[in-house]
Amino acid sequence: MTAYALRRFFGLVPVLFGVSLLVFTFVRLIPGDPARVMLGQRATPEALERLRRELNLDKPLFLNWAAYRETGDLRRLLEAQYPAYLVRILHGDLGRSIFTKVDVAAELKARFPATFELTLGAMTVALLVGIPAGILAAIRKNSLVDLLVMTGALVGVSMPIFWLGLLLIYVFAVNLHWLPPSGRLGIGTEFQPLTGLLLLDALLKGRPDVFADALRHLILPSLALGSIPAAVIARMMRSSMLEVLSQDYVRTARAKGLPERVVVYKHALKNAMLPVITVIGLWFGTLLTGAILTETIFNWPGIGKWLYDAIQARDYPIVQGGTLFIAAVYVIVNALVDLSYGLLDPRIQYR
Amino acid sequence: MATLARTPTQQALRRFLRSSSGKAGLLIVGVFVLLALLAPILAPYDPAKDRNLRARLQPPSIEHPMGTDELGRDMLIRVWHGSRISLRVGVVAVGLALVAGTLLGLVAGFFGGWVDTLVSWLIDIMLAFPSILLAIAIVAVIGPGIENAMLAVGVVQIPVFARLARSMVLSLKEQEFVAAARALGATNGRILLRHILPNGLSPLIVQATLSIATAILDAAGLGFLGLGAQPPAPEWGVMIARGFQYFTTAPWISLFPGLAIMLAVLGFNLLGDGLRDALDPRTARF
Repeated sequence: MTAYALRRFFGLVPVLFGVSLLVFTFVRLIPGDPARVMLGQRATPEALERLRRELNLDKPLFLNWAAYRETGDLRRLLEAQYPAYLVRILHGDLGRSIFTKVDVAAELKARFPATFELTLGAMTVALLVGIPAGILAAIRKNSLVDLLVMTGALVGVSMPIFWLGLLLIYVFAVNLHWLPPSGRLGIGTEFQPLTGLLLLDALLKGRPDVFADALRHLILPSLALGSIPAAVIARMMRSSMLEVLSQDYVRTARAKGLPERVVVYKHALKNAMLPVITVIGLWFGTLLTGAILTETIFNWPGIGKWLYDAIQARDYPIVQGGTLFIAAVYVIVNALVDLSYGLLDPRIQYR
Repeated sequence: MATLARTPTQQALRRFLRSSSGKAGLLIVGVFVLLALLAPILAPYDPAKDRNLRARLQPPSIEHPMGTDELGRDMLIRVWHGSRISLRVGVVAVGLALVAGTLLGLVAGFFGGWVDTLVSWLIDIMLAFPSILLAIAIVAVIGPGIENAMLAVGVVQIPVFARLARSMVLSLKEQEFVAAARALGATNGRILLRHILPNGLSPLIVQATLSIATAILDAAGLGFLGLGAQPPAPEWGVMIARGFQYFTTAPWISLFPGLAIMLAVLGFNLLGDGLRDALDPRTARF
């Protein structure tokens, strides 16, 4: 197991290297001179030249063949933009925003809790809806309930998430005034967060008013973001449950005269959960990284919205750093999900 | 048994017609395709010239069954013509991904070695990005617009097909009919395209159908963010975004394009499920 875990994580190195290469190339491919973008149209040629030198833009992109050929020194080969960039990100330096000058790594750290909290909210919705719906559909196979759940699940995966978000805002915020349409806290609320997870912070600081406010803001975006995983989990839960229910040990349990409730929830559910947990894990990674549309609609101050704004404003360091961060989180979460199979299912042997 | 006398195609057709999701999907997709093809004949439309400011923001009525938007344009005709854009995006993007991804996967799985290592590495890298983020990044590089959005949404799907085709080759290339073809002197290209590919086509077709659904959703998302089709094109995502500004007073502007997206995506998802039942009966589903 440990050997497998180590191998799995070392396997991430080439992927992350490729990700950094791709992100770097992408941003360099965007038309326009970054120095010109930073300094504006009226910058003097000298200032532009100085900035280009500072940013290494006067160097070749990947490898400095010219310097190597001139001196024969292999180290000179690496005097290029990408190697310098790689060294910087390995030191945790993702650069600064072109426009606001904030440190990208620090801003990512500050915004990640918002995205994380939204992910937890969406996952809670997905589990609370998906698992019971899937079980219900399985034990009442081919009934009206089954048909309704399966239709609902299909509609759930077919709905554009940004449209569902708009509908939710329209119904629950604009018309019924039950819930706020955007943001994480009401405008008048004064609160200094500790961890950035507002629900947790409110509990830690003993502020029930803030807890309620944060929760009210969390509900609609969680519903929107959780809709697709809820549908996927319901379908997975149903088919996995049906498969387990057809196995011999379930028949044995029934033959012993156990009540159906015990058979389903005690004997069958444990085994039926395995593939579902895999799906949950993979969706956790997806939600954590893919909330761009939801965050934009609900004005949620997380990484997705920040990244979208940066793309619109062509703030390259943010785009570069944010994309890199998201991809890294995604592959690491997926590796953790892989490893968790072995812990959950002792039958799986890693070699 | 009578079924044994049937050809595989007939058997697959029978299974497809037994699948209710397949029939429902075929019906929905068929209606959309028909509507898209008939739109320019039955209701010619030029979005650039469509203005009727006196009829702005009218709620659904008999005259305008889906209401009118902020420029007084009839929503029904715009949603109807939107089907042309979305279907084209879905089919072209997935066609691109299917061809490129399948070729990559075939070559990687068949030849193995460093080619396989390289292709697998590329697949892993692309799958490390959430698909919508990768699509947004591609559009950020090549510029917004419907053609570029189509390309971006297609490129994002390439690794899905490459992985599928690769695993298909890996399981097929050791089989006897491949050895037999080789013994008869068939070239690598012939073995790949005439022997292996036809035998592994079913999962690719199923995936392609499901991918069209995803592509339509992704393209609408790009349109919504202002990175795909540009106004005044009657693209569903763009229409939802425009309606967003008016949706406290005129929710129908966003409502109907969203319903259209949902129905079209639902149709392709159902069709994909039905095709899986028909073409891939071994993956028994309850």
